[in-house]
Amino acid sequence: MAFEGLSSKLQEAFKKLKGKGKLTEKDVKDAMREVKLALLEADVNYKVVKDFINTVSERSVGQEVMESLTPAQHVIKIVNEELVTLMGKTESKLNVSSMPPTIIMFVGLQGAGKTTMTGKLALYLKKHNKKPLLVAADVYRPAAIKQLQVLGNQIDVPVFSLGDKVSPVDIAKAGVENAKKIGADYVIIDTAGRLHIDEQLMDELKNIKEAINPNDIMLVVDAMTGQDAVNVAEQFNASLDITGVILTKLDGDTRGGAALSIRAVTGKPIKFAGVGEKLSDLEVFHPDRMASRILGMGDILSLIEKAQESIDEKQALEMQKKLMTQQFTLDDFLSQMQQMKKMGPLKDILKMVPGLDSAKLGDLEVDEREIARTEQ
Amino acid sequence: MGWFDKLKEGLAKTRDSLTGKVDQILSFSRPVDEELLEELEEALIMSDIGFQTTTDIINLLRKRIKEKKVSDAEEVKKLLKEIIIELLGNEVRNILPEKTLAVYMVVGVNGVGKTTSIGKMAAYLKNKGYKVMLAAGDTFRAAAIDQLEVWGNRSGIDVIKHQEGADPAAVIFDAIQSAKAKKIDVLICDTAGRLHNKKNLMEELRKINKIIERECPDAYKQTLLVLDATTGQNATIQAKQFMEVSDVNGIILTKLDGTAKGGIVIAINNELKIPVKMIGVGEGIEDLQEFDPTAFANALL
Repeated sequence: MAFEGLSSKLQEAFKKLKGKGKLTEKDVKDAMREVKLALLEADVNYKVVKDFINTVSERSVGQEVMESLTPAQHVIKIVNEELVTLMGKTESKLNVSSMPPTIIMFVGLQGAGKTTMTGKLALYLKKHNKKPLLVAADVYRPAAIKQLQVLGNQIDVPVFSLGDKVSPVDIAKAGVENAKKIGADYVIIDTAGRLHIDEQLMDELKNIKEAINPNDIMLVVDAMTGQDAVNVAEQFNASLDITGVILTKLDGDTRGGAALSIRAVTGKPIKFAGVGEKLSDLEVFHPDRMASRILGMGDILSLIEKAQESIDEKQALEMQKKLMTQQFTLDDFLSQMQQMKKMGPLKDILKMVPGLDSAKLGDLEVDEREIARTEQ
Repeated sequence: MGWFDKLKEGLAKTRDSLTGKVDQILSFSRPVDEELLEELEEALIMSDIGFQTTTDIINLLRKRIKEKKVSDAEEVKKLLKEIIIELLGNEVRNILPEKTLAVYMVVGVNGVGKTTSIGKMAAYLKNKGYKVMLAAGDTFRAAAIDQLEVWGNRSGIDVIKHQEGADPAAVIFDAIQSAKAKKIDVLICDTAGRLHNKKNLMEELRKINKIIERECPDAYKQTLLVLDATTGQNATIQAKQFMEVSDVNGIILTKLDGTAKGGIVIAINNELKIPVKMIGVGEGIEDLQEFDPTAFANALL
């Protein structure tokens, strides 16, 4: 139920609408109800949803439906385009300092996954032939420093710590100095998780920022965050003028609507996403792919394109007729299978089908040989 | 500070945001119409109650408004509160054991505050006169064992542990033996945070469950799911997945001291019948409170 895709709901909403032509106001309104629901189920903030729906509605009404698409597909196309526009079209890189070291500061709520993420980013940098240093500035959570040291050990990256009796501002400053001394070109500072409404602790972050002047201030956000994501992002951004966002725990079955909300209210790019429990599970964030994930609609557009490219429409109609008049022969069956194969490996096709979640498909092996055998 | 003040304070932001909203909606005398209901619906959705449960609540509200011929917007608020209390079940809940030995397994996804909650639960139970022991079953996350030990030290409670990377089931096994030998009342078992869609990790929970079942079949067993109040609709999916490997008896709702409203627990209570038992309203060891649905709803609206 959770993954009843938006596209199937839209198809449902458009069931009565057989013909093509222009999208009327009523068509769009019906469709937007479904879009709204899908976005809310994905935890996109209500206000962001409202704005989004308005934009899409305005753009959709009166639009000529493309020859090759059904009205439902056409609306999906517009929704998708607008989502991509909102999320940003291209990947964002780290801000690199012209004079090393590049300083990156991690901030966020408790439990967002900051400490683990510092380890992941350090490993990522190391793989790109950089020399990172981790700085343990979380002096509040029990064993947070130890956790960072263990992570540093695992990936063979140095960890700078002054224990938990020194102020985080001083630790950060000393950490940057230490990076210069040991010739590290990236410094990643792990700060304690805190509430965005905790003024005292937010001031502490401001002081760290002032002291070390970081190139990047990354807000680390749990991808499963609900409606509150907007408040959190707004507050952190207002206090610190963050430069980017890192989404964690995106490997769950969460749709990650928070990504859209945060982007909408802060305008700041999402730079990375944590996609697994291993330290190597870090990905550069692709905003365009997030759009279809949020909508839970798979890569329906690519699927539509693929189908159009590979299937001869006339032939398909003929087949349909044969099937209905019970003249479908084994030869016809063979040609159907061959057409299907032209679309690419079945496993890849399945991934594009809305409602099927690719994580669950992970272990599934489609045996292409079965098809070959049937063909013989 | 008394517990009620603490609860009030903890829920203050919850209240401010939702109530702020509801009061705003209801403040000036306005007709009870669809527009009003739509705005209330928006307020509920903004508190993470979720679309389905919100729709259920609003439909029920609409029906009652009609039945009782309510024409005052203030009255509507009262009705709304009533409905929410009904959904939550109107009794104060906690994690006191019905008998001893009690074994609590604490589960949840990464970062919801399991270890911290366990530290607070231990202190809460100890204050109530129970002899408590902790088992460091999170052998996966770096320094999770140390973190639990710090909490144990704070309230003078024994922590049974193995090395990082050890088999969690073996830790739990040892802890049970130790708990029996020392005549412990409540054994609280930490487990590694896991994303609920990771199959082998969920299998591990099943295994721990089996150990508990085998080693102390007569114990009072509870599986408590820790949920982060900032989590959105995914919390329902989390609960469902954990239900598949264990009977989840209750929810510990953490991080209610932020601006998050934790409305998703209403949906979970409604759909999955898992009650909230305790709420976390701050960082201190005493900041774990019994769950009072009426107070929750009152503070919310």
